[in-house]
Order: sequence, then C-alpha cells, then structure tokens
Amino acid sequence: MSPRRAKLKDSGREVALFQRRALAGFLIIVVCLGVLASRFVHLQVVRHDEFATRADQNRIKLRPIPPARGLIFDRNGTLLADNTAAFRLEVTPERVKDMDATLEQLREVVPLTEDDIKRFKEQRKGRRGFNSLPLRFRLSEDEVAKFAVNRWRFPGVEVVPYLTRTYPRGTEFGHVVGYVARIDEADLRELDATRYAGTTHIGKTGIERYYEKLLHGEPGYERVEINADGRALRVLDSTPPKPGKNLYLSIDVRLQEAAEAIFEGKPGAAVAIDPRNGEVLAMVSVPSFDPNLFVNGISHVDYRTLIGSPLRPLLHRALVGTYKPGSTMKPFMGIAGLEQGVRRLDDTVLSTGEFHIPGQSRGYRDWRRGGHGRVDLVESLAQSVNTYFYSLALDMGIDRMSGYLSKFGFGARTGIDLTGEGSGILPSKDWKRAQFNKPWFPGETVIAGIGQGYWVVTPVQLANATAILAARGAHHPIHLLRATQSGFSAPVEPVPQPPEEPSFIVNMTNWNRVRDGMIAVVAGPTGTAARVFADAPYTTAGKTGTAQRFSRTGNEVDTRGLDDAQRHQALFVAFAPVEEPQIALALVMEFGASGSHDAAPLARRILDAWLAPPPGAQPAPAAKTPIIPTTAATAPTTTAAALRPAAGAAR
Amino acid sequence: MPLSLDRLAATAKAQLRRPHVDLPLLLALMLVGCIGLVTLYSAGDKDASIVLNQGARFLMGGMALVVMSRIPPSSLRNWTPWFYAVGVVLLVLVELVGEGRGSNRWLDLKIVRFQPSELLKLATPMMVAWYLHARTLPPDWRDLFVVAAIIGIPAGLIAEQPDLGTSLLVAASGAFALFLSGLSWWRIGSLLGLAGAAAPVAWHFLHEYQRNRVRMFMDPESDPLGNGWHIIQSEIAVGAGGIFGKGWHQGSQSRLEFLPEHTTDFVFSVFSEEFGLIGVLLLISLYVFIIGRSLWIAANARDTYSRLLAGAIGMSFFVYVMVNGGMITGLLPVVGVPLPLVSYGGTSAVSLLTGFGVLMSIHAHRKLVR
Repeated sequence: MSPRRAKLKDSGREVALFQRRALAGFLIIVVCLGVLASRFVHLQVVRHDEFATRADQNRIKLRPIPPARGLIFDRNGTLLADNTAAFRLEVTPERVKDMDATLEQLREVVPLTEDDIKRFKEQRKGRRGFNSLPLRFRLSEDEVAKFAVNRWRFPGVEVVPYLTRTYPRGTEFGHVVGYVARIDEADLRELDATRYAGTTHIGKTGIERYYEKLLHGEPGYERVEINADGRALRVLDSTPPKPGKNLYLSIDVRLQEAAEAIFEGKPGAAVAIDPRNGEVLAMVSVPSFDPNLFVNGISHVDYRTLIGSPLRPLLHRALVGTYKPGSTMKPFMGIAGLEQGVRRLDDTVLSTGEFHIPGQSRGYRDWRRGGHGRVDLVESLAQSVNTYFYSLALDMGIDRMSGYLSKFGFGARTGIDLTGEGSGILPSKDWKRAQFNKPWFPGETVIAGIGQGYWVVTPVQLANATAILAARGAHHPIHLLRATQSGFSAPVEPVPQPPEEPSFIVNMTNWNRVRDGMIAVVAGPTGTAARVFADAPYTTAGKTGTAQRFSRTGNEVDTRGLDDAQRHQALFVAFAPVEEPQIALALVMEFGASGSHDAAPLARRILDAWLAPPPGAQPAPAAKTPIIPTTAATAPTTTAAALRPAAGAAR
Repeated sequence: MPLSLDRLAATAKAQLRRPHVDLPLLLALMLVGCIGLVTLYSAGDKDASIVLNQGARFLMGGMALVVMSRIPPSSLRNWTPWFYAVGVVLLVLVELVGEGRGSNRWLDLKIVRFQPSELLKLATPMMVAWYLHARTLPPDWRDLFVVAAIIGIPAGLIAEQPDLGTSLLVAASGAFALFLSGLSWWRIGSLLGLAGAAAPVAWHFLHEYQRNRVRMFMDPESDPLGNGWHIIQSEIAVGAGGIFGKGWHQGSQSRLEFLPEHTTDFVFSVFSEEFGLIGVLLLISLYVFIIGRSLWIAANARDTYSRLLAGAIGMSFFVYVMVNGGMITGLLPVVGVPLPLVSYGGTSAVSLLTGFGVLMSIHAHRKLVR
C-alpha cells in the first residue's frame, strides 16, 4: 500500500506494455515453432529417403532374455531356493475375438480359478492388445498335453515354458530366505528397466530381497527378424544372459530343522550364531508360511488365512519380534557391574525375598518367597536372584548401565543381512525423555536391572549379545551370507567379512566369574536349569529368563496352570562348549511358563543337534573349514550333492 | 465442484442465450481434438475403447470449459489465493501420503484419484497474475523475488515427486505471466544467465533416470535399448512419413511396435509418419492460431489480472507443443509432456480445456469500449 504505487499505477501504460510483450512473446513462439517445423522438414524432406529405407528395413527387433536367478544353498550345499522349469498359459488379447467366450471354453480344458481370471483382466487394463499376458502359471503335464490337443480351438493362446522359483524346504525357510513375487508398480519405479527387461519376478522379502542385486544377474538379448505383421520369423543372433550368483548361507539345514521342530508349531523364535565368526547357523521363527504360495501370486483365500491368523505367521519374530529379555539380561548386568567397578568379584548381597529402594516402601521381590539368603554373583546367576541385580542396577545408575550394555549391541540393529530388522529398546534417561518427555525414576532402574520395564530386545539381538559374551567381548558382525558363486562352473568364493572388533572386556577374571555363574545355571546344584544339562557331553553356559507379560514387579509366578495365552514368555540364552564356544543361542517361547522348565530343555535339543549329533548324522563343520567344493557341476541337484563337505572335522 | 442442478440448468440456459465462448478459438480446439481422435484410433491399433475414453475426457473437459466461461474473472481473482493455497497443501499431502513409492503424484480421495499437480498448472499463473495485479508494473526486484517464490514452491514440490514434465509446465506458465507483465529485458537476461549458471547444480538434484534421458539425448546411439532407441525409432517414423505421409493406419513404425508409448508421449510420431509434413504443418499452424488467438484475447482483456492470466495460459500451450515436438524429433531430451489434445490419457485434456474456459470467460468480459 505504498503511495508510490498509487501514483504510478497507470493502466494505459500497462496495457501498452502488455501488448508489446504479447507481440514479442508471440514472435518468439513463432520462431521456436518455426525451428520445430524446420526440424520436421529436415527429417521428412531432406533425410526422407534415408529414414524411409530404415523404416522398411526395420525388421529386426531386440528381444530381452532374462537371466536365470541365482540359487540359494545352505552351508552344506542343500538347496533352499531353486529354479524349476514350468509351463504357463499366455494369451495375446489382440488375437482373441471374444475373450469371455474363449476363457469359458478354455476352462473346460485347463482349470482356471476366479483369481486367475481376475488377475488376468486386471493386467489387461492399460496394456495394448499385442502384448501377451500370463493367464495361468505352473501347468501340470496333463494340462499341457490336454491343451496341446485342443490348441487349434484357441488362437492367441499359447503354452510358454519358463523358469519358476521354488522353495523345496517350504515353511522352514519362509522367513530367512523369503520369496520372490511378480514385479509390481512400486518395484518398476525403482529398478533399472534395462536390467529387468524380460524379468517378471523380484525378491520381496528375506535373503531374496536383501541380495536381489547378486541374485538377479544381467539380461541377454537376441536379435529377431520379424515379418510385416510383426511376427517373429527367426533369431539372428543372441547375447546370452549372465545368470545371477548362487548364494551359500551360513545356515545349516540340520540345525534349522532341529530348532524349528522343538517349537511344535507354538509361537517363538530361535537364533544360533557361531561366536567365532558371526555366522548365523539357524534362524527360526514359528509359525512360518510357505513361500511357494507367493511366487505366482497368492490367492486371496490363502492370503486372508495368513493375515487373519492370530499367531501372525508372516511376522519374522527372530528379526522384528519384540520381547522383554527378563533374567537373560543378568549375565550382561553381572559383567557390567564387575567391569565398571560397581561390584567386586566376591561381593555378596542378602536376599530376603524383597528389595527396597532406601526410603521407599514399595518392595521388589525375588522369585523365591523368603529370599535366597546371602549370595554372591555366581550364586545369583545360578539361582537367578533378583535382589543382587536390583541393588547392582541402583548402584550403577541407568545411564552407566545402558552405556555398558550397548556394547553388547542392545538397542541397535545388529546389521544382519536382512531388511526391516527391529532395533529394540535399550532404556536410558535420554530415551525416555525423547519418547515420553518424562523424567526417569529410580524404580525403573531397579526393574531394568532384571530385564524388565522398558526393555525390548529382538531374538537376533539377544543371540548377537550372547555371541559377543561367548567370544569374551570380541564382536564379529553377524551375517547369513557365507559365500557366492558365479555360475556352476565357477569356484565358490567366500564373502569377505569385516575384521573382528577387539574385546572391550578389560579384565578376563571378571568374564570368567560370569561364565562360572552361567555354568552353575545349567550344572550347579542350585542352578535353575541344572538337571536339564546334567548328562550333556559338552559344557554349557546358559541363563534362563521368564519375562512377565503383565506385571512389572520382579515376581516370577508359576503360571503353568493357566491358559497358554496368559502365560509368561520363556527365554534361554546359552553358549557351548564353554572352553571354546562354537555356538551361541537365544531362544524365545511366547507362551512358555518359565525359562527353566520350558525353554531350557528345548535349547538343549538345539545345542545337541549341533554339538552332539546322533550317531550317523554328519558332524558340525568347523568354523574355518571352507565349504568350497572343488568339482564343477552343471545341474543344481548334482551340485547340491557335490557341495557337501567331505569331512567336517569339528570339535 | 458443488454445483446444484438448478444452477447448472441456469448456466445452460444462459449459455444458449449468450454463449461465453470465442468461436474461432473453440473451433480450432475442436479441430485439434478431432485430429487427435483420428490419430489415436490408428495409433491404438483400431481400439475403439481408446477413442471412446478420450472422447469422454473431451466431453468432461468441454463441460469444464463451459462452466469456467461463466465465472467472471473478478470472482476468479478473489478466489485465486485460496485456490493456490489448496493446490500447494494438496501437493504437500501427496508428498506425505501419496500413492506409489517411487513417484508420489496421485492423491486418493476415495471417489477419485487425481494429480494435484494438474491444479497448479492453472493455479500458479493465476497466483502470479493475482500478485502482479496489485503491483505497479513493470515489476521491480522485490516483485521478482515474490513471484519466484510463488512459482518455485509448487514447481519444486512437483519436481520432487518426481515429475519433471509437469514441473516444467507449471514453472513456464508462471514465468510467462511474469514475462507478460513487462519485466525488463535486462532482468530477464540476468535471470536466464542465473538459470544457466544453476544448471550444473540442478543436474545434481536430478534422478538417475532423468540424467540418463539427458545423456541419451546427447548420444542416442549409446543406448540402443533404452531411451536412445526410442528417439531413434521416433526419428525414423517421422522421417519415413515424408511430405505426404504413409496414410492413415499405414505407419509401420507404430504398428510393429518400434515406437514406444505410441498413444501417449509419442503419438506425434505416429501422426507424422501417417500424415507427413503436410499434416505436421497443418497441426502446428492450428497450434499457432490457438496461441495467437489466446494472446489477442489477453490483449483485449479488462484488467491486469485477466491480461496476464490469459496470456500465460496461451503461451504455456506452446510449451506442450514445443517440448513434445522437440522430443519426438530428437531436438530436445525426453521429458514426459503430452501433445495437447492429441495424446491419450492423463488428466491433461481436462485441465487444458479448463484453462481455455478461463480464457473464454476473460474474452466474454473483455473491454467493451475500445
């Protein structure tokens, strides 16, 4: 509202100005379009003969040949993801006069579900009729034969061979290996169209997704001569595609099988890691799902069943499941207390059955009524005495506690080679302020000392922490991919791993004391899981845990008489053999009553499968033994056999 | 648009009594539309549904045109800031909750899915005109700064989606309003210089596929399977058309699928192959006439707002033609801009005709005394 504007606003002048500008703009436009027109003249008159010839000779088309996807094996060469030759039915809409009638008639020859037809019709939208579209995947031999006889009735419908992904182990690797599925619009935006020309499927979850780049390979091309109608006449020459890399995981199917079996379908998760190198030996999430369902488009019925199940089979519990660690946190607390000088080796505490913060009336209980008496660290681990860790936590303070425990990887992603990992919660003052904007209370420190309160861990985190503990504080980043192979004639190449991070534990006497406590858990006379490992041919260090589902006070009530869903969560962490640990394990049962009664015996069966396999079974491969086969093989099945290590001299 | 049936009927009656349309402009638009339908029938391999769908869009666009032509420019001006604000808010919403992981363009309103960026094609020049309407022209540096923000916010948001083509159209329509307001030539020059200097920075922000398109434009032979291939095939189609063309539905390049996107972005190539230079010159002349007529309407408009808006709408029509024509002849890099009123699909036909509805209204409310 300046007076200057009022003075100078002169509409006559503005109109004249505008008209000059409009004229100038129009002239510029005419000149530009003149340039465009002259370009047309150049192409259509000056170079017409050249382009006319090129159009006439434009009889050669490039057709992409998609690469074969790399296969996935376990550490012994057992096939986990395979490419199988199959046939599918393809329809070229343009060549079909009456689509609905054709589909009806076709159904009499080859069974088609409503889903098939619906999906086919959806795909037709927005596509031109000359592209052939898949109608049904994975025809049986009978169906192929039946169609071949009736083929003359269906112009525009063809049986086309293709390679489809199959997962021979089914549900066992649904979560870890994951699955491929048809490329959707979201994928199209992100991927390199040239590299995926002709490719129909892409890794959606698990290893299939994480290592999509390695598995996919490079497409080849063939030059095809077409006739005046656009029909392919012959292939002139071709550049073969480069198949994707075969992947060898560190998982051992036998251990995976054993670990899956112990759950008997009840929800839970188990992760086993080789603490010497960070290799994940087993990664189980129960219940699971059959990845084969997803490959060629899952039916609505199947999908609803999976989504609707209250046990949530699609949830990868080992990777993203959130659990309270409970008493499995005690060994880590024990080493934190000793290493930071909050406790000396032989310090004791008097457990009366109830612990009080000085000046507060609220009591924090031990699981044994009347308490455990005067106990040191070893006895506190063996009997899972809460009072020792209540008072330790209070003396240490929450920030020192979380500071030290973060060295075991709590509260952060482990970096395992799978997407979507959960990070858990490592409680601290900062975390609480950021999350709730509330101050921290001493009582919260007390219960954090026994793995309750705000604590959240994922099974893979807990296994990772146990592996770090087993390796005396040395950390090997955990991973699933052990080796790769570029085609079956190529050697299997180990994947280089980052160097070990040196131990953060200063005084190994401290570590030895915690180890002694964990041995006492499974072997001592008072240990919470003493009888479970009594006759094991190897020494084990373990810790039971029973996490409350409801209460926050540290009182472990026996809930075995209650309904499954009301029970506690049972946990167990262990490593063995104690002298030179080869396996670190974390086990979670969602509906277990207690770590000692439910989780520990099952953990024993997993450790047995690795360290004391029944007679006749193959021994566990030693860590440094290369899985590398020396012979080249051509077919997946023969390779799988050839890849089994000749001798896996373990322990 | 909450229009009651009564009002609609009243509009229809009034329309019959005194049509708010400029007949020459309307005829030219209809002629281009017809050429579009004829070409589409051939490009879509005689698929009637394409022609019917496109016809339906023209019908919708025509209705929008008639409705807009009844709204006086003064009301339009009053609503401009709101219209612009809603458009920008929707763009931000799309950024937050839009459909599609890689490219967030669509907003799902349950009943219809639409691209808010289409709104901004009209809202941006309206806002620039609204602002400059109240200022003393020619604009000074301060005005320039404000206008740059008015244009830059939506254009930046749309480029972020990423939709370079629409972003370019939105920016151009705003810039034309500024140009027509009489921004001094030396300021225009320094702006262009600045843009030239900023080009390397912009390159840094482009998506990889967009960079590839530019690279392919520089050297199409280096990518015989991707965009380079498209450009080469398009040039062959255009060149093979010659002076008189191969005739309707005789273009081998399109029929044998050497041309990509032959009903949408590359429909001009099909047209050029089948109708030759004669057809191309006729079509370009029609476009020139439409632009010229729009500028004439603008020059006779009642106030600054109407003048600038009408001029900007007319001139941005040119950008469509130039960018699309340049792309299919290898003169400009591949940017997804449709050939106006000819390319199939999208909402561009509707939004273009809505814009021309505004022009018609401005024409109807022109200065009556000369």
